[in-house]
Amino acid sequence: MSRERRPGAAGTRPSARGAHGRGARPLPAPGEWSIELIERYNGELARLAAGFGLDTYPIQIELITAEQMMDAYASIGMPTYYHHWSFGKHFLATEKRYKRGQMGLAYEIVINSDPCIAYLMEENTMTMQALVIAHAAYGHNSFFKNNYLFTTWTSAEGIIDYLLFARNYIAECEQRHGEQRVEELLDSCHALMNLGVDRYKRSSRLSLERERERQREREAFIQAQVNDLWRTLPAHEQVEAGEEPVRFPAEPQENLLYFVEKHAPLLEPWQREIVRIVRKIAQYFYPQRQTQVMNEGWACFWHYTLINALYDEGLLAEHFMIEFLQHHTNVIAQPPYDSPHYSGINPYALGFAMWRDLRRICERPDAEDREWFPEIAGSDWRTCLDFAMRNFKDESFIAQFLSPRLIRELRLFAVLDDDRQEHLRISAIHDARGYRAIRNALSLQYNLGNLEPDVQVWNADIRGDRSLTLRHRQTHRRPLHQATEEVLKHMARLWGFTVRLETLREDGSIELTGECRVEKRKGAR
Amino acid sequence: MFRVVDHRYDSRNKSAVNRQRFFRRFRAQIRRAVSDAITGRSITDIDAGEDISIPAKDLSEPQFGLGEGGVRENVYAGNDRFNAGDEVERPLAGQGEGRGGAGDGTGLEDDFVFHVSREEFLNLFFDDLALPDLVKKELARIPEHKLVRAGFSQTGVPANLNIVRSMRGALGRRTALAAPYRMRLQEAEQELAELVPVRGDDDDAVRALREEIAHLKTRIEAIPFIDSFDLRFNNRIRQPRPTTQAAMFCLMDVSGSMDEEKKEIAKRFFLLLYLFLRRNYENVDVVFIRHHTVASEVTEEEFFHSRESGGTVVSSALKLMHEIIRDRYSSGAWNLYGAQASDGDNWDNDSPVCRDLLIDAIVPLVQYFAYVEIAAGEPQNLWREYLRVAARSPRFAMQRIGDLTDIYPVFRELFRKKAAA
Repeated sequence: MSRERRPGAAGTRPSARGAHGRGARPLPAPGEWSIELIERYNGELARLAAGFGLDTYPIQIELITAEQMMDAYASIGMPTYYHHWSFGKHFLATEKRYKRGQMGLAYEIVINSDPCIAYLMEENTMTMQALVIAHAAYGHNSFFKNNYLFTTWTSAEGIIDYLLFARNYIAECEQRHGEQRVEELLDSCHALMNLGVDRYKRSSRLSLERERERQREREAFIQAQVNDLWRTLPAHEQVEAGEEPVRFPAEPQENLLYFVEKHAPLLEPWQREIVRIVRKIAQYFYPQRQTQVMNEGWACFWHYTLINALYDEGLLAEHFMIEFLQHHTNVIAQPPYDSPHYSGINPYALGFAMWRDLRRICERPDAEDREWFPEIAGSDWRTCLDFAMRNFKDESFIAQFLSPRLIRELRLFAVLDDDRQEHLRISAIHDARGYRAIRNALSLQYNLGNLEPDVQVWNADIRGDRSLTLRHRQTHRRPLHQATEEVLKHMARLWGFTVRLETLREDGSIELTGECRVEKRKGAR
Repeated sequence: MFRVVDHRYDSRNKSAVNRQRFFRRFRAQIRRAVSDAITGRSITDIDAGEDISIPAKDLSEPQFGLGEGGVRENVYAGNDRFNAGDEVERPLAGQGEGRGGAGDGTGLEDDFVFHVSREEFLNLFFDDLALPDLVKKELARIPEHKLVRAGFSQTGVPANLNIVRSMRGALGRRTALAAPYRMRLQEAEQELAELVPVRGDDDDAVRALREEIAHLKTRIEAIPFIDSFDLRFNNRIRQPRPTTQAAMFCLMDVSGSMDEEKKEIAKRFFLLLYLFLRRNYENVDVVFIRHHTVASEVTEEEFFHSRESGGTVVSSALKLMHEIIRDRYSSGAWNLYGAQASDGDNWDNDSPVCRDLLIDAIVPLVQYFAYVEIAAGEPQNLWREYLRVAARSPRFAMQRIGDLTDIYPVFRELFRKKAAA
């Protein structure tokens, strides 16, 4: 977002032609913010949010400089994180683009923690600060606290402590085993991070104390387990010749990091712990990747609703509103597909439009809405939005609530790209025949299972050469990209033995598509 | 609950560690980039940061992902011309179509470009360089002191007496000590003024009051005007003054045989030495001496850019350098460095003179003297004579360099850290 320009002369005097209010004096809106003012604005926002029934974690606002914001960027917004060169790389990239003016810094970062931490940048005007508080401290915050993905998969109360534990533990490992080894291990873990999450199984809650306690027990225990698995004594004689060889694991394992942590034969206990740390953090971020549209849209909806409510009470000066609207429209702009600024569907725009539309369907439904959404048309909007916020993710939210009217407003159209055809084909547009197809296609576009390849652990040859076979289940003939070879190297580094990748095609044929050989015991770390 | 925490004054540079690790990891690539940058840079912007560019594939963070190809259906916004069933040429729209869907991590990006600050740039460059004897010199710095003010003390020599402070103290003391007497005096005078009209002058009480007043006045006057207790002396303490000054002498042959290319090489050689000194000393004086048959001290601009021609008498420059040292840099506060660039031409008879000048007069005065000969052919008599200087003194170093790309290695060679020195 570009740096803001304040409209007109800013001063502390109340606007002369003061707004709609019944004689209410607007809050001062000078260019310069102050902590007292932030607290006053928050007081008003909190009152309104409570009135709307928003349920939030306690709020902790942190004031930071632009430089600190870039630091925060580099570590995915987390206030404390272990050290790794890749964060340095991100910092350098951000810094360069920021200093060149190619990008503004996002004006907010908010952390799914309890209390909910939101950063405010020193450079922002008072208007921006108020906007960010409404957006992050009420919008995102309430979403984090109530959406089922977050409540099921993340532990807001434990994350900061856990990150602290992770950082200290990794620093300790660096001292004991050398930065180089830890770095290599982290590189490999990061390569598998996006496939290092449980998609269906609920993970245990995070707690610093328990984590520390259990970490040592786990070390001893896991190591014992692993050793048992790789026992070299010929204890199992029941594998008869000709019989289908028993696979390990018996069922494919989708969580690659989990499998590595539990079963990689050569890892030392501290290495397993680091694998676990990366896995836990990946899991923590997993819901955010699945609720981008909903979450950002929800936050935009609420900053818009709350600030407008304040304005309607006469508490905001006109110049405040003009500045606010400028930022707001920037954030939710959706350039058309042929614009040079087009970079896909803007999740802020889509999300905001959907929540607004949902409210409209509740408050002022027309015949079409009654036909498409008989259950919610005309119902209480707060109940309806609350229900939708709690129980959906992007994919299902779009499948459920994208209305024909919005499809028309955004002029959505679906394009079928088949590399065997010479031309692209427009498969559906915003007309009566196309609504359902577009809704379906857009929903799939936010299905992570569709965006990421399905690669699972298929077999570890525990009786033979200990090689590991991953299986990629191909859909729509879509291949893995070129980086795959590199990723296999990382997998082999973790596994310690040869790693193969098979591709299961849609016609049922299986082909070896990648292999990373590891000579005996070499490269095992 | 609502809490505001102000972190603005907290430690900055939280990412510094990550940044350092990034540098360490890509050290080889970054140093190559820095080396290229030095070669290509002009003198005016040498003292700045640099954009370093590394092939993105070297530092990619690969992940499993889907590549191009196969069948996919994407939804776009802003339809202005299409109907269902239309066939369209690829790509759909010129601009935004570069990456469709999950294009991240495919390793097809451009170079990764980032900015290193001047500090980092130079640090990268000088990482493992140090001048010989530098450490020694630094550790064995002449303990030079300067006196700095440090408040006031109650003892001292009369010359350091601070009169204003002392008098202020005295005034305060007098006021404080006289206060009870003055208070009583005031009261007594008032009582007297009231009593006299009533009782007349000759009353006992009046007399007693008068006596008291007189007594009080003597007491007040008896308070000493200034007491040894009041004296304040300027306090000065001795602070060690680090010798952070260096003077660098650039000597260059500008005779006809030195062409532009050779000057370019010489320029970079001086530049690097200059930057290196700048990093180690607070103040670096640079003296430019150019010579053909006669030597003259010139500005930097003239040094590098004006053309001269004629023969070559190297000793003239060395003589001038020695004179300047004697005139301006003779105190122990200066660390002197000499750098000479030439194409090796010299009058035959002059070379032994140069040798003697260096051995007897100049090398004993300087920390280091470096000579580069920018020539492709056989070394001439000057080189041979200088070899004898080098044999005599470890503080004299010499190198022959061919073209621009040789500079960096030469520099390293000249100033390589001597492990044991």
